[in-house]
Amino acid sequence: MIDRETVQNVAKLARLGLSEEEIDTFGSQLSAILGHIQILEEADVSGVSPTAHASRLTSVMREDVPEPSYPPEVLLANAPDQEDNYLKVNAILEEG
Amino acid sequence: MTELYKLSIHEAGELLRQRKLSAVELTQAHLDRIRAVDPKVKAFTLVTDELALQQAREADKRFASGENIHPLTGIPIAIKDVICTKDITTTCGSRMLEHFKPPFNATVMERLNDAGIVMVGKTNMDEFAMGSSTEHSAFFPTSNPWDLERIPGGSSGGSAAAVAAGMAMGSYGSDTGGSIRQPGSLCNVVGFKPTYGRVSRYGLVAFASSLDQIGPFARSARDAATLLQTIAGYDHRDSTCSQEPVQDYIKGLSGSIKGMRIGVPEEYWVEGTQPGVVKAVRENIDLLREMGAEISPVSLPHTKYGIAAYYIIAPAEASSNLARYDGVKYGYSYRDTTDMWESLEKTRQYGFGPEVKRRIMLGAYALSAGYYDAYYKRAEKVRTLIRNDFEQAFEHFDALVSPAAPTVAFKIGEISDPYQMYLQDVFTIPANLAGICGVSIPGGFSDGLPVGLQLLGNAFKEDVLLRIADAFEQVTDYHTRWTSAL
Repeated sequence: MIDRETVQNVAKLARLGLSEEEIDTFGSQLSAILGHIQILEEADVSGVSPTAHASRLTSVMREDVPEPSYPPEVLLANAPDQEDNYLKVNAILEEG
Repeated sequence: MTELYKLSIHEAGELLRQRKLSAVELTQAHLDRIRAVDPKVKAFTLVTDELALQQAREADKRFASGENIHPLTGIPIAIKDVICTKDITTTCGSRMLEHFKPPFNATVMERLNDAGIVMVGKTNMDEFAMGSSTEHSAFFPTSNPWDLERIPGGSSGGSAAAVAAGMAMGSYGSDTGGSIRQPGSLCNVVGFKPTYGRVSRYGLVAFASSLDQIGPFARSARDAATLLQTIAGYDHRDSTCSQEPVQDYIKGLSGSIKGMRIGVPEEYWVEGTQPGVVKAVRENIDLLREMGAEISPVSLPHTKYGIAAYYIIAPAEASSNLARYDGVKYGYSYRDTTDMWESLEKTRQYGFGPEVKRRIMLGAYALSAGYYDAYYKRAEKVRTLIRNDFEQAFEHFDALVSPAAPTVAFKIGEISDPYQMYLQDVFTIPANLAGICGVSIPGGFSDGLPVGLQLLGNAFKEDVLLRIADAFEQVTDYHTRWTSAL
């Protein structure tokens, strides 16, 4: 069962703001979904190794050849805020 | 002459090469069709009419000079709005990316542009490809061309509807758990999910990276073969893209399936599948037998765990992939605060819709301390079991056959419970978990609504599925039917 506190903790981990209403609905919806997912406990997975990827490839290597990249203006064209070719964000550290 | 928008890609290509038809005329016919019926279907998030006409004029130059002519040159194509198109909005059906214009083209787009396609527009989808009805688009729901009160399936609902309604001759979508095959089934078009690694994912906005794959929609297997051929093959920019040689899919269309061994998975006859769907699929299986295929039952014993494993693995990968939407680099940004954490949390609160949030929450929960082994690791082990089921089946069979979806198209708003919606993908999810290829082809109708037949093939056996699909079309006419609802 996913209670309000668990919902709030997980939302915090995901940096996802939720409204009061969402906290309630997600709690009951996630509980219901996880209830169905419990069926996984019935599967006999002893001695089975996990599959992380459907690809039949492992550790793909290639030559590390430098290639020209995009000019900063192009990469910053979608940025919400910028200054002198830097991304602009709110202050992360308080002034001491 | 038949309406231009009803031509197949191969018929139109022939007329274009003989210069009996110009790409501009063909494109104009499709733009007219979009203008006439898209206000009802709402398949497009963006119609790129000016670009389309410009590309059509370029195509006509190619035909005039006789150079650089490809089977898709001058062909009007629609692109799911999750595939990056340089300088053209790529919204993923989300407020988060409503105004996002990628600085680059996906590898798939580069190949299509090299072939000289005409892009008529970007298509609507469930937000970040999460959904089975296209109702989770942040902008508007798309209607099923066969019944405008019903959903077209999803998440690639716009791409399926565009082809079914004659607004594009072919289209591309992405399939993470059934997002090409299920809408294909519900809209009476061919929807092909290639083997994982067959098509480059570079420039496909990531949902669940170990499952996502781009594939085509078409109104025939032959057209699907050409659409797949154009995008398949190795790309150094996607390290999961395979170097396995690509077959000549058109050459493989022999028209015969005599002696082919086709398995019918016993576990795919589940409760909740509509009787009309079961009836149509059983009739189709009888037909495949009459065509000379050897049909026998096969067991995929871990099928019942498919949805559960998927709804741990896909949300876990999504919660990680979608961490990039932070309101700093691109996309929607909440700026009405000086606090960095508040800005981040509110950006994601207002930028994402409910289904995306639900999956981020589910994934973050499954990956969090104390639950990782119980959920995520266990799901990955079950994934191995599901993959083993298929490996054993394909030792004895060339292909498997089943329904593509448990129901025909349902009404807009009819399914509100998230888990009930997840059940739409019960027959399609296992193929993504195993990384094999699958296709939904028109397989009849139930009360006037399309039923899709799913064919599953072993990894890199796309040619086998296309051959069966093409042979099936020789003895049926379902794929040739047009909706009368428009």
